[in-house]
Amino acid sequence: MSELGTMVFGLVLILAAVGGAALVTWFERRLLGIWQDRYGPNRLGPFGVLQVAADMIKLLTKHDWVPPFSDKMVFIFAPTAIVVAMLLGFTVVPFGPDLYVIDLNIGLLFFLSMTSLAVYSVLLAGLASNNKYALLGGLRSAAQMVSYEVFMGLSLMGVVMLSGSFSLLDIVEAQRDQWFCIPQFLGLYVFLIAGVAESHRLPFDLPEAEHELTAGFHTEYGGMKFAMFMLGEYLGLILISCMIVTLFFGGWLGPWLPPLLWFCIKVFIVICFFILLRAAIPRPRYDQLMSLGWKYMLPLALFNLVVTAVIALAMQGQG
Amino acid sequence: MIEVLFYSASVIALLATILALTRSNAAHALIYLIVSLLAIAVLFFLMGAPFAAALEILIYAGAIMVLFVFVIMMLNLGEVGEAQERGWLSVKSWILPGIMAALLFIELLIALSISSEQTIALTSGVAVPPKEVAMSLFGPYVLAVEIASMLLLAGLVGAYHLGRRFIVRREGVHEGGDS
Repeated sequence: MSELGTMVFGLVLILAAVGGAALVTWFERRLLGIWQDRYGPNRLGPFGVLQVAADMIKLLTKHDWVPPFSDKMVFIFAPTAIVVAMLLGFTVVPFGPDLYVIDLNIGLLFFLSMTSLAVYSVLLAGLASNNKYALLGGLRSAAQMVSYEVFMGLSLMGVVMLSGSFSLLDIVEAQRDQWFCIPQFLGLYVFLIAGVAESHRLPFDLPEAEHELTAGFHTEYGGMKFAMFMLGEYLGLILISCMIVTLFFGGWLGPWLPPLLWFCIKVFIVICFFILLRAAIPRPRYDQLMSLGWKYMLPLALFNLVVTAVIALAMQGQG
Repeated sequence: MIEVLFYSASVIALLATILALTRSNAAHALIYLIVSLLAIAVLFFLMGAPFAAALEILIYAGAIMVLFVFVIMMLNLGEVGEAQERGWLSVKSWILPGIMAALLFIELLIALSISSEQTIALTSGVAVPPKEVAMSLFGPYVLAVEIASMLLLAGLVGAYHLGRRFIVRREGVHEGGDS
């Protein structure tokens, strides 16, 4: 793509990601409604889709309040960090053979580093709010995200070994014969759980557990700053879904339909699965979450790594 | 274009580092340090070492600094800590390190102005892909890698040992209180 084309595509991508995140908030509530035997938002516009616009107007017109006891500079900076980091993460996602902003040879590492930078948003929000609940929420999320990051990276190394590259384009191309969800089943399982924990979605939303921490790290936030946190969270959900599709389900590959459509269909299915997880699974206790991470997920990721390495080496020896 | 990016990233790195040193609020100092690390990652990327840039963000900014912020949150020093920190920032305490750093900076400038041709040759446009980094890590430098991993393992075991003793003691107290 030409430089101008890349710029235009980047702009379209930002708009699509933000718009998609807004739509997912509505879609999630509708889907949760169906699974929980109720309607969800269905009044405004066709199927209630204008609920998104109503929510946005509400959040925009709210008083943009900065608590006087807070650390003001950090308080205002915190919500932007997560949105910027997540949007940057989208730059390496290949939506089609020619549809990407940049094909880095460290694409996968770039994605991992962007998700790890998103931690700061939650941490600094907890720190700057100067509030017990926010501080506890921030501490919890720091522990949760740092520990889940460890095997999030490890679970992907099997994919890297099989495809022999960190570049996401090469990884998709390597799945022409077989999607990595079959040989890397354990990797997919670990990455899925780590992905939910990284974007602190509901089964693992302990940083903001409302029954014990009021709202966790964003207790003091309201109006557009709160909306930024929500936007970041849903952008994270979409980004993780995009990565799962790219790494394990063959990205844009698929017969008949155009590549972009295939990619969107797969991402849509993965997002539905994430929402189903939210509807179906209760929230674990904090110590359960940590022991699940370190006692089961980390050994599983290491086991997957070793087995993949042995098999890859044996196959290399044959061929 | 690349020169503009390089120099703006360098200026950001320098400014952020100076600010990180002079802030009396520990949290603000850490944020500036993170900014400085990110700027250095940009420099690495521009100099053709994308792998080093990614690790700089992933390990330093993304993991180690998070733990620093974590500790600051746990201690929650607030006003008292700030006052203490301000006391340490008196002219008397930073004048000597300041002179030494200035000397080093002058040396660096001289070195750069003398060997400009060589440094340009070192950093001009040759990107090192991650594969090459891995090849050299597990090729000629495999011994160093192994020794480093051994040391890290020793550190890990030591940390585990210290942490474990602490937990056992606390459980003992807890059991005593129950019975």
